[in-house]
Amino acid sequence: MSRLKSFCALCLCLLALALHAPAAQADAASALARFAEDSFPETAKAIEELGASGDARAQIILESLAAARLFVDPASRAVYWRTASGVLHEAASGAPVATPPAGLQPVRINNRLRTAIQNELGALTLMAPDPARRRAAAESLFKARDPAALAPLENALKAEKDPAIARAFAQARAAILLASAGASNEQRIDSIALLRARADMGAIAALRSLHESASADAKGLAGDAVAAIEGRLRLMSHVQNVWYGLSLGSVLLLAAIGLAITFGVMGVINMAHGEMVMLGTYVTFLVQEAFRAHAPAWFDLSLPVALPLAFLATGLVGIAIERGVIRFLYGRPLETLLATWGVSLILQQAVRTAFGPTNREVGAPSYMSGAFDLFGLSVTWGRLWIIVFTLVVFGALLLALKRTSLGLHMRAVTQNRRMAASMGIRTPWVDAMTFGLGSGLAGIAGVALSQIDNVSPNLGQSYIIDSFMVVVFGGVGNLWGALVSAFALGVANKFLEPLAGAVLAKIFILVLLILFIQKRPRGLFALKGRAVEA
Amino acid sequence: MILRALFERFDKAGLVFLIVLAGAMILIPAANLLLPVSSPLHVPTHVMSLIGKYLCYAILALALDLVWGYCGILSLGHGAFFALGGYAMGMYLMRQIGPRGVYSHPVLPDFMVFLNWKELPWFWQGFDMFPFAMLMVVLAPGLLAFLFGWFAFRSRVTGVYLSIITQAMTYALLLAFFRNDMGFGGNNGLTDFKDILGFNIQAQGTRAALFACTALALILCYALARWMVTTSFGKVLVAVRDAESRTRFLGYRVEHYKLVAFTLSAAMAGLAGALYVPQVGIINPSEFAPANSIEAVIWVAVGGRGTLVGAALGAVVVNFLKTWFTTGALAPYWLFMLGALFIVVTLALPKGIVGALNAFGERRRARAAAREQEPKTAEQNA
Amino acid sequence: MTSAPLDTLDPQADPAAQQTSVEGAAGALSVTQALLYLDGVSVSFDGYRAIRNLSLYVAPGEMRAIIGPNGAGKTTMMDIVTGKTRPDEGDVLFDHGRHDLTKLDETAIAELGVGRKFQKPTVFESHSVADNVLLALKGPRGPFASLLGWRNKVARERVDEILLTAGLIDHRSRLAGEISHGQKQWLEIGMLLAQDPAILLVDEPVAGMTDAETEQTATLLREINKAHTVIVVEHDMAFVRALACKVTCLHEGSVLAEGSLDRVAADERVIEVYLGR
Repeated sequence: MSRLKSFCALCLCLLALALHAPAAQADAASALARFAEDSFPETAKAIEELGASGDARAQIILESLAAARLFVDPASRAVYWRTASGVLHEAASGAPVATPPAGLQPVRINNRLRTAIQNELGALTLMAPDPARRRAAAESLFKARDPAALAPLENALKAEKDPAIARAFAQARAAILLASAGASNEQRIDSIALLRARADMGAIAALRSLHESASADAKGLAGDAVAAIEGRLRLMSHVQNVWYGLSLGSVLLLAAIGLAITFGVMGVINMAHGEMVMLGTYVTFLVQEAFRAHAPAWFDLSLPVALPLAFLATGLVGIAIERGVIRFLYGRPLETLLATWGVSLILQQAVRTAFGPTNREVGAPSYMSGAFDLFGLSVTWGRLWIIVFTLVVFGALLLALKRTSLGLHMRAVTQNRRMAASMGIRTPWVDAMTFGLGSGLAGIAGVALSQIDNVSPNLGQSYIIDSFMVVVFGGVGNLWGALVSAFALGVANKFLEPLAGAVLAKIFILVLLILFIQKRPRGLFALKGRAVEA
Repeated sequence: MILRALFERFDKAGLVFLIVLAGAMILIPAANLLLPVSSPLHVPTHVMSLIGKYLCYAILALALDLVWGYCGILSLGHGAFFALGGYAMGMYLMRQIGPRGVYSHPVLPDFMVFLNWKELPWFWQGFDMFPFAMLMVVLAPGLLAFLFGWFAFRSRVTGVYLSIITQAMTYALLLAFFRNDMGFGGNNGLTDFKDILGFNIQAQGTRAALFACTALALILCYALARWMVTTSFGKVLVAVRDAESRTRFLGYRVEHYKLVAFTLSAAMAGLAGALYVPQVGIINPSEFAPANSIEAVIWVAVGGRGTLVGAALGAVVVNFLKTWFTTGALAPYWLFMLGALFIVVTLALPKGIVGALNAFGERRRARAAAREQEPKTAEQNA
Repeated sequence: MTSAPLDTLDPQADPAAQQTSVEGAAGALSVTQALLYLDGVSVSFDGYRAIRNLSLYVAPGEMRAIIGPNGAGKTTMMDIVTGKTRPDEGDVLFDHGRHDLTKLDETAIAELGVGRKFQKPTVFESHSVADNVLLALKGPRGPFASLLGWRNKVARERVDEILLTAGLIDHRSRLAGEISHGQKQWLEIGMLLAQDPAILLVDEPVAGMTDAETEQTATLLREINKAHTVIVVEHDMAFVRALACKVTCLHEGSVLAEGSLDRVAADERVIEVYLGR
């Protein structure tokens, strides 16, 4: 007996060490000892102690007790619980027991104890050390609107330090008060104000469950609050559409921004543009593989490292394509289109041969995953960063075109090739660099798009038509036009989607674009005058 | 008399082309049906159907050459017209199945029963009648081309802009036809055909007849296209291709010319699709894929645009290569090959095979002519 | 893009310019007298006013030479008449005021009988010389007329007659892309003849021609003028002199001087801005 006792003590000590919660552990241990006494007052004390202990296992022990699945071994005085599925656990250690000891006795309870258990249980989750659990408890009480939970809720509300959770508790309390018959008119009116401020679907449900004994005044207020929340939700859904639209628009702009250079500025139809994006995603994949193999701890750096590499790699491929194919075809746009389509087939097949036809896994660094809440709008970090990144790339490109000598030469060559050449600008070099720049931009777009799309050899094809649409819609040769058109197309798409479904929305946008080009063949922001014709 | 007119209309390459086609139209089905399997000259049915497929592609290439080679309209959406013709034929063939489908519904095709549709959509009405279906084969793509062209040509969308919006058009149709509620069988398309005009579609005789029809259609399309390009209509088309605004200042309604050529060409592509479907036994949305349309462009480029014969030849040659590559151990290299073909043809052979042969012939003739002309020119210059 | 030059000479502000326009107005024809009537026409590209308040009246059967420095708006004026460019304001009337050219497109204007020869010779290079003329011949121009109609049955003589006038009869079956620059110019004039328009707009017909060719061209144009109204834009003063016709000098988009060549050439401001001292 004493050996067993000392063994139990040892176990408890070890557990206490492991859990770093010695005080709580001690309380739980004394509570378990009281269960073994098998008397109602002792059990009542045990329930109270367990509830106050904040022990991780308190909840399951109390639940088992309420369900008559808590047992005592009269011989060793050890306490066990049995799960609903029938597995026996030693309560002190929490470890499952393979062979149940003989002669286990259930811990008896009466109705008074049952109520006590319920109260402790509710309070337990409301008082749980883990804030997420407290919040979850508040949410479930908010939905259940059980008047019995009012008392522990009041206690928890008084004890709560975290203002956000305190608000959740107050809202749950308000919901319960609204639904219950006994609340005073003042309480109801306060509660309505509180729920109106919460302003979501749950608040509407809670407001609609206002008890019929409420005064006409309160009912009117509740009706107003529901209307106000519904209005706000409608607005939020528009805001959400705009946000998704901006997100889609940033993807479109990213994909199209390189094309805005090669097609918009140089007038070269590069059908392999999508494949440049695809190459960018594969560079990201390779960089991540290297990080996984050699420096997994620094995995978050894989994207910043991939960016310059992707720019260089695709830029070089672009220069090779320009020198090898496109430069022989200047002034023959339709032939350029066909030849670059050929290039795109070769690039696709090369990637397919090297990496296989299936999707490759590109991971998201920590800062790209997760979401945060902005006035009820769930904002994922990944999308936010892509929008920010797109705007940064766009700004950098504008600056580069304005401020660098390559930018100056580029503009000179595109405006008057012969004049530029006679002023000593090496036009072939400028062509190659411009094309390299456009391709490199596609490559860094690939780095970003690897975070939201499947990295496969076919990735590029899904972007090429959209990219051309963005550039043509915005007005060829106009970067700002591309910006406006990408975001306009993105937002329009997302507003159409709820009405027509994703595919129909896309078809609709395509048809609209085709019609638009008929109306304004040179896009939104077209150049005018005789210079265009020449 | 008619024969003389024909001879005047066709050049030497055209005549050779017509003779070969006419020969194939008669001999291949004959060699398939009449010769025993053991004979070395016997043409197996699957080979005949394969050649029939090439000939359908040749009609598509011919249609494309008419607008690209002669009028300068690079359509990247001709696959859509081909597919629309194919769907019109497919709808007729679906209606021919009648109650023999898996669900044994007297009218509705299987996929509609599967989708719990209660009655035939309005646009499926009439497709049980062969003449109506054949009318739709040319009318549906023709009408789409007419509407599309009406808007595009009137607002003077030209060059790569036109190419890009034709590509967007076929892409939009691809997305649309993938949808189940469009009523064209969604992803799976239309297949499991049984009869055509009451004949079993799998029967050897039917296949031989289909082949002969395809060859005949190619002959007729070639004759029509050749007639069009040798009249002054064709000369105006070339004028539009080379100097569009000059043609306008001469008082020609350029958009009308383009519209006529584009619409006829689309109808021709639709016919090609309609002949293609019963021979391959299926039509599905992937025929709308933009890549298909661009591939058709490369057939024309390989053969030689603006030559008609070259376009048809290019379609057969490239597709023969494709079959040869993709059925063997070289399959993974086909896309390399095709990609290289795009590049090499545009860089080194801008006029294609027939164009290169013509240029070679012309240089020889020019050298001979120059030797005769020399004294005369010298006299003029003095 | 066109960059705007310094706006130094506004005709409204300049008293001398006003005087000339009064002078021009004295020689003006009424709408019903003029074959081609431009009045108060202005057009600007991205803020650059290429044509400012231009007025020009051409009588039926007249030959008119238009001179002026680069950027004076000569080609833009032709673009406006032929429908390539729409004016921002002003009237462009044709055939004694019967047709408002600002409302019509290139094809419709060409069908009314306005023919144009471009500065850079544009002929259909992959057609033979004879086919170029055939395409230009006056007659129905619809697609079905071309497919089935008369143009396929035109007698060789009609084409040859024009080729003879244009001096190209020996080159009738050569490709238009193969003939010399001067011959292309004549072919284009020949095509205009075949078109048989009421008025011919000829833009720098002798640019890049030898002296002999220039003289031949002047003769050709004088010949054409017997049956057609002709407007010629030209820099070559010897050529303009050879045409012996009324001259209009444009400067910065409006009329600077108008009259016989001697009178225009004696004008102080014409010397100042164009001819040089």
